[in-house]
Formats: sequence, structure tokens, C-alpha cells
Amino acid sequence: MRLTRSEHAAGWLFVLPAALLITGFGLIPIGWSLLLSFQSSDFVSPATWVGLANYRALESDPEFRSAIGRTLLYTALFVPITVLGGLAVAVVLNAKVRFISIYRTAVFIPVACSTVATAIIFNWLLEPTFGIVNYVLSWVGLGPYGFFQNPDQSLYSVVLMTSWGWIGFNAIVYLAALQSIPQELVEAASIDGAGRFTTFRRIVWPLLGPATLFLVVWASINALQVFDEIYVSTRGGPLHSTTVVVYYLFQQAFQFFAAGYGAAIAYVLFVAILLLTLLQLWVARRRVHYSS
Amino acid sequence: MNEEAVSRLRLPFSPLHFLLVPLAALMVTPLAWMVLTSIQTPDEARRFPPVFPSGIHWQNYTDAVNAAPFGRFFLNSFLVTGATVLGNLVLCSLAGYAFARLRFFGRDVLFVLLLATLMIPFQVVMIPIFLIMRHLGLVDSLGALILPNLVTPFGIFLMRQFFRTLPIELEEAARIDGCSRLGTLVRIVLPLSVPALARLAVIAFLWNWNDFLWPLVVIQSQHNMTLQLGLSTFQGAHSTAWTLLMAGNVLAVLPMLVAFLLAQRQFVNSIASAGIKG
Repeated sequence: MRLTRSEHAAGWLFVLPAALLITGFGLIPIGWSLLLSFQSSDFVSPATWVGLANYRALESDPEFRSAIGRTLLYTALFVPITVLGGLAVAVVLNAKVRFISIYRTAVFIPVACSTVATAIIFNWLLEPTFGIVNYVLSWVGLGPYGFFQNPDQSLYSVVLMTSWGWIGFNAIVYLAALQSIPQELVEAASIDGAGRFTTFRRIVWPLLGPATLFLVVWASINALQVFDEIYVSTRGGPLHSTTVVVYYLFQQAFQFFAAGYGAAIAYVLFVAILLLTLLQLWVARRRVHYSS
Repeated sequence: MNEEAVSRLRLPFSPLHFLLVPLAALMVTPLAWMVLTSIQTPDEARRFPPVFPSGIHWQNYTDAVNAAPFGRFFLNSFLVTGATVLGNLVLCSLAGYAFARLRFFGRDVLFVLLLATLMIPFQVVMIPIFLIMRHLGLVDSLGALILPNLVTPFGIFLMRQFFRTLPIELEEAARIDGCSRLGTLVRIVLPLSVPALARLAVIAFLWNWNDFLWPLVVIQSQHNMTLQLGLSTFQGAHSTAWTLLMAGNVLAVLPMLVAFLLAQRQFVNSIASAGIKG
């Protein structure tokens, strides 16, 4: 069918505002950022071409290497804790007992808390001298801990804080996935003599595959980009112990005004996120099955 | 054992409550402790072991409101979030409809480019967007927060996918009856798309209301700060005044908590559908 001129025009008119905005604040910045990463720029004087110098400098920058190590450690803790924790919570919340909607509300409510608010709350809960967490731990003879103020504990404290904010989100997704599992399948398994654990492992867990894949990918992307809570609670300290990649990028670009260096960090982060996501999708390809 | 004996052994309630109560307590305690501290006297907050507030010390709230312009922060957040949610609803519907139903030159190339930007982390484009904002003279203004967020590739994709599930016959009938393309979208398609529009609104709302890194980079003066940025500078200025901080924090999270409790189903559905459809 030959398209009329008006149909082309209508299509373009409909997408034009969106296309302009996405070009201006998406496509052009992507290219510009790549260009900047090959330049030296302080945001003020004209940028000069330096080739691969930014990337070479990153390669031998010990602080950047440590930031990568911390980000990977954070991701390796945060993803399993929030995904498996979210699953465990969702399984419990899927029970048909009295007051279950109250329990659900209680578990979901941290989702409504912004990252900044969460960090301010945890600064107080984990305060070494007067904080309630050290008090509760003292009941079982533990502590007192320095938490955010101890360089050996600060990153783990950040994991604790961000996990509190995230488990509810993952539980919501898993709960919906659990509720979409046809009850006949579970009943059929139990009639065939499968115990609860076997039913979960052989029936429920495979059917949760798409939800698990989504949550692992999403939690990983967010973990590699963690920033807000760290900025508010520790400012990357003490002794750089919570300076993760995005925090380091923020410092380089907007505190030391090294725009080119910052752009190079951003591109390394982008490639890392892309590779990890592709790896996860590749691993999932054979293991995750989509019904219908 | 006969059934009667089993039922006599049973608790009057499900044993699952032994798991559910600590779980709920673990999630709610941080918020409850924030509220309790916000009504303590500064002296009571500096005790170990911690104590419950002896009375309601409202002074913290008046101090917090006097220490930082929370009203202004709220207003700015409302303006930015309102404009971006509205922008997304309108622009993503228009573009999503064009990608779903209209045929025009370059559509598929454009769509692939759109999908490509979906994967880009914000940090990659942050520095150039800052430079663009400086060219436009928008640094340290609400415009810098609104303009880059008026439309999202994700939103376009979401609307396109939804429009494609609608029966096309209705739209064809409307066209035959002389309805324009825009008229068809507004009168026929959008009224059927309320679930998708609601999802987009919730997601755009959460994203812009909670955004922190970009406001931190582009906003400097206090009267342009959003709630999250204002809250963070408030914390920076009073880092150990715990009762004051908690009062400010309660003020900042309360509207969101109330909104969540009132519209819990909508929030939960919007989040849940993201996971199921992947």
C-alpha cells in the first residue's frame, strides 16, 4: 500500500517532540560524552584532544581501581541479599493468614522512602554512641560497632541500609509472580507426592524465572550505579572506604572539574553494566522459560 | 492421631505469625524510631541506652521548618514532578501511538535508536547535559530538572506495547467515521489505556520525586532545591542534631507515605507489572 503524504506527516508530527528531546538529551550527549572522554576539559576553557590519555590514566589510577573493587563487592552482596531476601519475604507474605494485608503494607512501606530519607534514618539508627542498633546488639553481647564511621564496616553498613529500602520492591515483584502461578500445578505436584520443598524447587522456582531474571538484572544495574545513600551517609568516607565508581565520577567531574576524566569513568561504567547485563541474559537464555 | 487431637494441638493462630511479626517489625522499626526521635527533646536523644520520648516535643518541627524552607522544597518538587509526569503522559502517548499504529518514513530506524538509548545509564549523559544546560542558561533553575525528563524512552516503549494490544477495529471504525488521527488517539485509544497511563504516571512520579544526583549537580541555590536535595543539605548543615533531623525527615517522607498507604494497590501493581512483563 502506498502511503499518503499525510500519513508520513502525521507520524512525524506525533513523534517529533519526543524525538527532539531524546536527540537533545539522549543521543547527542551519548556521542558528546564519548568525545569528551578523549579530551581534557575543565568545563570552562576549550577542551583539548588528548587521545586515550584519560583511559590510560584511569588504568593506573589506584583510587579508581579501589572504587571498582568496592563497587563489585557492594554489587556481589547487594544483589543476592535483596533478590533472595525479596523471594523469602514474598513466600511468607503469600500465605493466607489473618492480617496478611497489614503485614504486606508493613513490608512494602520502605519502598515509599526516598534514598535520601533512608540514608538520614540509617545515619541515626547506626550512630555509634547513641544509635538503637548498637543498643539492640548489646543485648546479645555484640558491639558497639562504628558502622559508617569505621572504614572496615562502612561498606557493609551501606549494604544493610540500601537492602532495607530494596527488599520491599523485590518482594512486590515476587509476590505478584507467585500469585500468577496456576494453583492446579502446585496441587498436581502435591497429589503426585511432592513435598513442599520439592514443589518449590521443581514447580515454583522455575515459574519464577522471568521475575528472577528481571530482578537480578535490575538490582545489578542499580548496585553498579549506587550513589545517593552514600553521598548522604558517608560522603565516600571514612578514608575513601565507600567511594564507589559513581561517587568517584561525581567527585572528579563536579568537585575537581575534570570533565574529560569523568566522561571516561562514565564510559567504563557503561561498558561494565552492558557486559554484566549481557552475561546475565546469556546465562538466563537456557534457564529461564517464558510461559505462553 | 485423629483429627480432633491435631486440632487441639494447634495454636489459635497460624505459626507463620512468628515469622511475620519480626519481619514487619524489622521493616517498620526504622520509620517508627524516626518518628519517636522527632518528638524527643535533644537531651533525650543523647542517652544510652535509648529512651522513649517523655512527651511530644513539637519544638523540633518548628525548629526544622525555621531551619530550612521545606515549603519551598515541596513546591519545587511538585512543580518538577507535575511537569515531568504530564510531559511523559502526553509525549509518550503521542510517540508510542505513532510507533504502534502509524506508518511513516524512518519509523523503524527511529525506534531502534530509541531502544538503544534505553540502555544508557544517566551518568554517561550527565556531563554533556550539564554543558547543554549551561548553553541554554538553565543551570540552577527548575527548567534544568524538567526539560531532560519530559519524555522517557521507557515510557514510549511502554505505551507502544500497550497500544498494540488494543483491537485495531475500533480505531479503523473511528477513522472511517471521519475522526482525525489525533482525535482517534484522544477519544478512542486513550480512554482504553488508563491502566498503562496510570503505570507510566506512577513510575515517572517515583523517578522524578526521588531523583537526587541530577539536582545535586545542576542546582545550587536553596530556593531552587527539590525536596531530596533540600533534605540532603539540611542534613549536611545539622549532621548531629538528631531530633531536628528526624523532624525534618518526617516532614519530607510523610506525604509520600500517606500517598503510598492511600494508593497502595496502584503503587504495588505498577511495580509488580514491571517484573512480570520483564
